[in-house]
Order: sequence, then C-alpha cells, then structure tokens
Amino acid sequence: MQRIGVFVCWCGSNIAGTVDVVKVAEALKNEPGVVHSANYQYMCSQAGQELIKQAIKEHNLTGIVVCSCSPRMHEQTFRKTAAAAGLNPYMVEIANIREQCSWIHKDMAEGTEKAIVLGRTAIAKVNLNAPLTPGESPVTKRALVIGGGIAGIQTALDIADAGFEVDIVEKKPTIGGKMAQIDKTFPTLDCAACILTPKMVDVAQHEKIKIYSYSEVVDVKGFVGNFDVTIKRKARYVKEDVCTGCGLCTEKCPMKKVPNDFNLGMDNKRAIYIPFAQAVPKVATIDADYCNMLKNGKCGVCAKVCTANAIDYTQKDEFVEEKYGAIVAATGFNPISMDKFDEYAYSQSKDVITSLEFERLMNAAGPTAGKLLRPSDGKHPHTLVFVQCVGSRCASCAEKGKEYCSKICCMYTAKHAMLTRDKYPDTDVYVFYIDVRTPGKQFDEFYRRAVEEYGVHYIKGMVGKVSPEGEKLIVQGSDLIANKQLKIEADLVVLAAAIEPDKSARPLATMLTASMDTNDFFTEAHPKLRPVESPTAGVFLSGACQGPKDFPETVSQAGAAASKVIGLLSKDKLTGNPCVAHSDEMMCNGCSSCEKVCPYGAITYADKEFRGPNRTTLIRRVAQVNEAICQGCGCCTVACPSGAMDLKGFASKQIMAEVDAICK
Amino acid sequence: MQKITRDALIEKAQTLLDSGVVTRVLGWKKGDFDYDVTPALFTDIESMKKDFVFGDFCGANFSKYLLKETKKIGVEGKVLVFLKSCDTYSFNQLLTEHRFDREKVYAVGIPCDGMVDVNKIKAIVGDGIVSIDDSAEVIKVETLYDGVKELNKADILLERCANCKSRKHVAYDELMGEDGEVIDSNRFDEVEKLEKMSADERFAFWQNELSRCIRCNACRDVCPACTCEKCVFNNPNSGVENKAAANSFEEQMFHIIRAFHVAGRCTDCGECSRVCPQHIPLHLLNRKFIKDINSFYGDYQAGETVGSRAPLTNFTKEDLEPSEAVNREDK
Repeated sequence: MQRIGVFVCWCGSNIAGTVDVVKVAEALKNEPGVVHSANYQYMCSQAGQELIKQAIKEHNLTGIVVCSCSPRMHEQTFRKTAAAAGLNPYMVEIANIREQCSWIHKDMAEGTEKAIVLGRTAIAKVNLNAPLTPGESPVTKRALVIGGGIAGIQTALDIADAGFEVDIVEKKPTIGGKMAQIDKTFPTLDCAACILTPKMVDVAQHEKIKIYSYSEVVDVKGFVGNFDVTIKRKARYVKEDVCTGCGLCTEKCPMKKVPNDFNLGMDNKRAIYIPFAQAVPKVATIDADYCNMLKNGKCGVCAKVCTANAIDYTQKDEFVEEKYGAIVAATGFNPISMDKFDEYAYSQSKDVITSLEFERLMNAAGPTAGKLLRPSDGKHPHTLVFVQCVGSRCASCAEKGKEYCSKICCMYTAKHAMLTRDKYPDTDVYVFYIDVRTPGKQFDEFYRRAVEEYGVHYIKGMVGKVSPEGEKLIVQGSDLIANKQLKIEADLVVLAAAIEPDKSARPLATMLTASMDTNDFFTEAHPKLRPVESPTAGVFLSGACQGPKDFPETVSQAGAAASKVIGLLSKDKLTGNPCVAHSDEMMCNGCSSCEKVCPYGAITYADKEFRGPNRTTLIRRVAQVNEAICQGCGCCTVACPSGAMDLKGFASKQIMAEVDAICK
Repeated sequence: MQKITRDALIEKAQTLLDSGVVTRVLGWKKGDFDYDVTPALFTDIESMKKDFVFGDFCGANFSKYLLKETKKIGVEGKVLVFLKSCDTYSFNQLLTEHRFDREKVYAVGIPCDGMVDVNKIKAIVGDGIVSIDDSAEVIKVETLYDGVKELNKADILLERCANCKSRKHVAYDELMGEDGEVIDSNRFDEVEKLEKMSADERFAFWQNELSRCIRCNACRDVCPACTCEKCVFNNPNSGVENKAAANSFEEQMFHIIRAFHVAGRCTDCGECSRVCPQHIPLHLLNRKFIKDINSFYGDYQAGETVGSRAPLTNFTKEDLEPSEAVNREDK
C-alpha cells in the first residue's frame, strides 16, 4: 500500500479564489492511501517545496499528489522536489485544479467539488504508480537545416560557427530563397542581394557546412539526438563537382522558351540554366521537362560546349542517408495563388501583377533590367495602384484567402510605392489599405515618409473590381474616409498577395511528427516561452515556416533556433523519458499490429524461448520495444489486440483507475 | 463448376503422404449425424479412407487449426490442409499476423459452390433427421416422420455461401480444379437494412438477438482473428470471465467488444454465425465494421494479400478526418 501525501496549492487567489482549498485538502485526506494532506499559498515557491520535502521524510511518503496548475507548468519542479527528498520523481502526480478547474469556474461550490474529484483521480493513479528510471542516449553532433533561404542560411552559419557540422538541404538548384528574388529591403532600402550573397558565399566556404542543393528530405527516422534522414539528390544531369559554373552551356542551349521561375515566369531561360549570377553552388542544372536530349535523345549541345565535361545525361536521382542530432525546419513561404481572385483581373491582364513580380520588375537582374515597364506592352506606366491585403485578413473568403495578417505587406507596399515615386517622379501612386500596420523599428517613420515626402496617395478602403479596358485598367474602389466611390484609370496594378507556408512543409511535418496549425505553419512548443522549438524534441523552427515574418525577425529567429541546436549538440548524452511502452511477453502473440502503427520504428520482434507444458520449450515471436527510440505516444497500446502493450507510467489500469475515480 | 469428390481428395492426400511431402492431413470427419461434420486430423491414409468425408456440410475453416498443428512439439513434416476459397483469406490474414509457420503447411485449394446450413433444412423438414444424401444438386433428407424430402441446395445454403464474396483462392501451394472469381455479392444488404432502422429499433433488434447468447464462447473459439495468447475474456481480473451469461454483459458488451477486437482483421469468413448454437447473426456486426472501413478508407479485404496493412493500423494523408466520420449521413 502506498503512503501518499496530498499538497493543495492556492496559487495566490488563482486557485483559492474559486476553490475552497482547505476543504479540498480535508476531503482528500480520507482517500485510500493518503496519510498526509496539506495546503499552502504557493507550492512552487521555495517554502512550498520545502513543505513537500519535509512531509516526504516525516511521513515516509511513497508518492505525492500536488493539486496545482497544469503539469506543463510545474510537473518538472515537483519531480525535482521529490527527487531531492529521496522519492522517485515518477511517484509524483499533478492534479490540474487551476487551468482545468478554478480558471473555468465561477462558482466556489462547483469549483471545490471538481477540484476534489481531480485530486481523487490523481490519488487513484499514484496508488498504482511504480518508480521509473530514465535511460540515456548519445547525441549525433551534426545538424540538418531543411531549407536554404535566409532563415536556413543564418541558422546554419550560427551552428557551424559554434563548431558543429551542418548540412543544408535545399530543393532548388541554389540556396538564397525568397530573399534572392527581392530587390530592396525595408526600412533601410539597401539592396537585398548585396546583404544576402556574402552570406551565401560564407555558407559555401564554411568548412563545417555542406549544401545538398536540388535535394529533398524523403524520410526521417529516429528521435532527438539520433535522427536517420534520407535525402533525395535529384538528378541535375550536371556533375556538381566538375561544373565550373562558366555558363557557356546556358548560352548555347537551343531550347530558349523555358519559363524562368526565378523571374516568376516573366521571361525565359534555357533548358540548362544557372538560376542567377550569384547562385550557390554555381552549377548548371538541366530542366528535364524541356531538355530535348533527355526527352528524345536529340541535341547534346551542352555536352559538346562544356569544356569541363560536366554534363551527364544518364544521371539518376541519388539517395543519401545521414545521421543528425537536431533538425531545423526552415521551409519558408510563398505568395498564395491569385487564380481565385477574379475581381482583380490577375488572370485576364498581364498588367495586374503580384508584389513579388513587382520586385523582379524593379530588380536590375530582373526581366526588364530594373526598368519599370508594363509586362503587356513594355510601356512605362504612369498610374500605379497597389492593393493591400489581397487574401490576407480574409475571414469571409477562407476558400481562397487566409484569415491571418501576412504581416510584411504593409511595409513592402510602402517600399514599392516609395521606390516608384523616387525613380519615376512622373508617376501617380495609389495604395488601397484596410489598416497600415507598421510596428517595428523605424517602420512607421518609413511609412510616413512614403506619404509625406514621396506623395503616395494612401486610400483607406478596398478595391472592389479591376477591369481591363483597352490599354487601361479601371480600378473601382471605395474611399472610406471621404466616403465616396473611386474610379482610377491605372496602367499597372500590384496585388500584395497573402503569404502561405511552402507546400513542402506539410509532408515534412508528417515525417518529423512535428505539429502544424490549421494554416500549415509549424507550431511552437510554447507560443511565448519556446518560440523556436517544435513540440517534437530535437526539431526546431526557423523563419516564415513558423509564421509570417520579415527579414530582421527571420534572422533573429534563425539565430535563436541555432542557439537551441547548439545547446542540444553540446550535450554528450540525453536523458530519455522512462514513460515508454513495454510488451508483456506472456500475452504478446507477435501479430505485428504495434509495429505497424509505431511512428518511431521503436518496435522489433524476436523469437524467444518460453517454457511449455511437460518440460518442453516453445518458441514464440514477441514484440520488443527499443526504449531509447520509444516516445511514449501510446499508439501501440491501443493497436495491440491482445492488450500485451502497455505504457510505463500510463498503464491502462492506471488510466482506468482514474476514470473510475472520476465516475465514483 | 467441376465438383471435387471425396475420392479425389483422398487420392491427393495419399500421393502427398506417400511422397513424404506431408505427414498428416487436416480434414473433415462425420459426426453422430450426417450433418454434424467435424474437423479431424488424419495421420495415415487408412483412417482417412475410413472416416474422411467431403460434402455440403464441410463448412469448417481449417486456417485457425494450423496454429496448434504447426506448433506441435516433436512432430516433423508438413501438415496438409484443404482450403475453400473463403478459408484462404483467413489463412493469409493469419500469416500477416505471423501466427503460424508457412513452411510447415502444404495448402491445397479446393473449389466450393457453397455449403449447406442444417438449420435451414430443419426449418423446412422439421426435427428427426435420419440421413442426408448430399451427393447431388438436389439434396435428399430423410426424417423419422415424413420419409424422404427433396431440397434445392440454393434454398438451404449457409448465409455466408448465399452471399459468397469470393470463389478465388488467394493462397495455396496447389489448386484442385479451376479457380473462381471475386464476387460482387449482396453481403451488405442486411447491414443496410439495420442502418436504416432508428437507433431505438436497432437497439431492440440487437437486444433481442444478443439476449439469447449463452456465452458458450464458440464464436470466439472458432474465429480465425481471435488468436490472442490470453483472451481478455479469460482474464480473472476482468470480471467477465464467466462462461455462463449471468448479467447483461453478453447482451450489451461481449459481442461488441469482440467485433471491435477483430475490426480490420476480420475476413468475413462467417464462422462465428455458423457455429453459434443460438443462431445469432454475429457476422452482421463484423460486416458493419467492414462496410464502414470500406466507405471511409476505400475498399479493403483483410487477408487478400499477406502483409497488407488494415486501414485502422495504417495512416495515409487521404484518410478521412474524425469529424467527417461523425457527421456522415449513413451512420
């Protein structure tokens, strides 16, 4: 029989305000196994913990129940307290009478009654608890960064500078990501490439960093400290270590009509290409969808002109297996598709473009060599209309847009408007907005400058319709402040499209068993206190894959993720979680159901000898759990048809005892 | 379909026994009456020639018998098993679950055009059956009181044979006769009828059926999906270990729990209903699960291939969300 101590916390008035803590302590005194019951203002305080330690020694307690806040807050605290007093930390149970009781009840009698039930439930469980000892596992001192945009680059550089090896996996032929496509950065207006490309070079030259470009993660196994990752290196039909990046092939390739995705399809590239001048690695890649040689074996020009003999039409996708201790997701974002926004005539008129397309139009390396020209006729536009929040903050249009604020559009639209007016003073620039959101260092000053110094017309209101008429685009919108309808004859309309997580994030999250929100952004372990960690141990988040953010924020988050990775990789051993699955070999019939549902690959089978009747030996196939890999998720316990699988610390009979205690 | 005769099976067994491919044979043996044919193990051809039967009452599915038979200590060689098409699905399912050693079995697939339900015969001819001649399509039943009556086989088929899901053998070492096809049967019609009932009507239906349960455990013992080392219903701590229906447990829980335990693994072999002495249509519970699994996750036939993953222990991105299951119309 256990000797259980119950400790009821007031949490100041957080609990005591709606729960009669004295009454709870009194009521729980009579539960089976309870030999001591106390209440105190703040159990988590030094004095409160001292109270628990003393009681453990004085009453020879074998288990304790702390009725307090959520176990997410203080379970660790009280486990340490118990351990300090010589009690196994897994003999501690928390009854959550704050978040699940006092905070959600207003009536004292109701709250008190429920707190007693919750306490009783925890006591029923402790009665069946057994001491547990965690195991240890080693740490592979290498990190994987998935995504080679500015977030991935910064994270990789910071980890590598701390002395650990880092691999970057980038699905495109070059690292650089979205930042490489951006022209200028707000609020300082320095050129994006000028600040990004040195970092790309740093990555390429860093002896601790390896870049897997044109590659994808296809499989992740293992657990924190010990991930086994399979990386698919897509065939680029060019030997990466031989190609010098001279670019001769990209000039001679006869296939000239390949849409250039780097310029968002606004101009063409060849079937063999280097995405942009500063690409890292600076290696050509063949687009197999367009290459005549690969499609029908007729051409081979690039192989003929290549002096380095780097072209290899027979290249196949390769699969690399590598071990990592930590994984950082830095998969970034994309503007949403404008296909469903017919009201803005995006699909009807070439002169309705997205903001990212506008970036390329303004960029010296873009399709117009930096001259602002209309995509339809190459003429200089005089009247420009920018529309903000296209698909953002769009609760009513969830089927085509996003409910959230994309955060960066107010600032980049101000930037676009300002740059246009600066370079082309003969233009009229209008910005339609719902709100202008500029919280950030020197952000509001920047926006004010656009309005006051550059004379950009900001109109509070939304655009209802854009209709092409001849060479013009008729923009109909409302000015909510002047309370009138506007009709503007524009030459160019720029849509600030909402941003969404990259499509590769969802399958990656599945592989990593990392959780996502309904918008496919990765969720944090804690929104305030653990913003760069995923709830899955060993998986970290960097950049816009966690939520919309601008460059300064992305870079600081990237650094934060790196510091968490460094903290993990600095350890030689990790203490495991002892609440893992184990199989009762006498019950197990080796059917493999558990193995099939185990997301961690923690279950294997062994043929073991058992004693049969009449001094015989039976050989039976039974499940075995690798405790270092098992994360204690419990899938196997429900899949097991025989009831042979159980979780230590969360055994079925413990949970049944809890249910019984609630229903008593 | 070409009819396989008793003699052909004995001849096959003799060849295999003589050549040493197998050392024993799982077959059917006549009981006290012509219709209560029981499974039996034959170790020599003489006893087989004497007792072995093959006819319209050989419904028993031998797949589960292989568990014990292949684990026998001190017995060498393979066991010969005759498998009807429906039995082969159970055979595969057990292999998927690693329940017996395939190397120790020699499986001979035999064609089957349906087995007969003695209860249907009794419903027509009444009690006092003296003998049954099932050698032809028209079955002759002699009773104490009425003399010989002639019955059409199609009218007295076992439920599972009337709604046969497949004449195709999905596993065998050797096939006698020609293989059949998977059949687009009407086996879910009864389930649909139950689905159309109101919750109260359905509850009343099942209460009426299940209240007859005498908890003989025959359904569990015969079920090829029920192969736990230790059955939960034999657990003395469970409070439901008893073998006689003492309270409402059998009526309300026992068969439902069993259906849940075999969900996704049940091949719809129909043995549970065949052996139930109280004639409870237990197969309908399993078929409801199969039908739901099919409609939620796409068609899945347990035992169709070895090693297949049942939708309930598999995850694909196409799986429906729990809310879709709750809000579906045909629940």
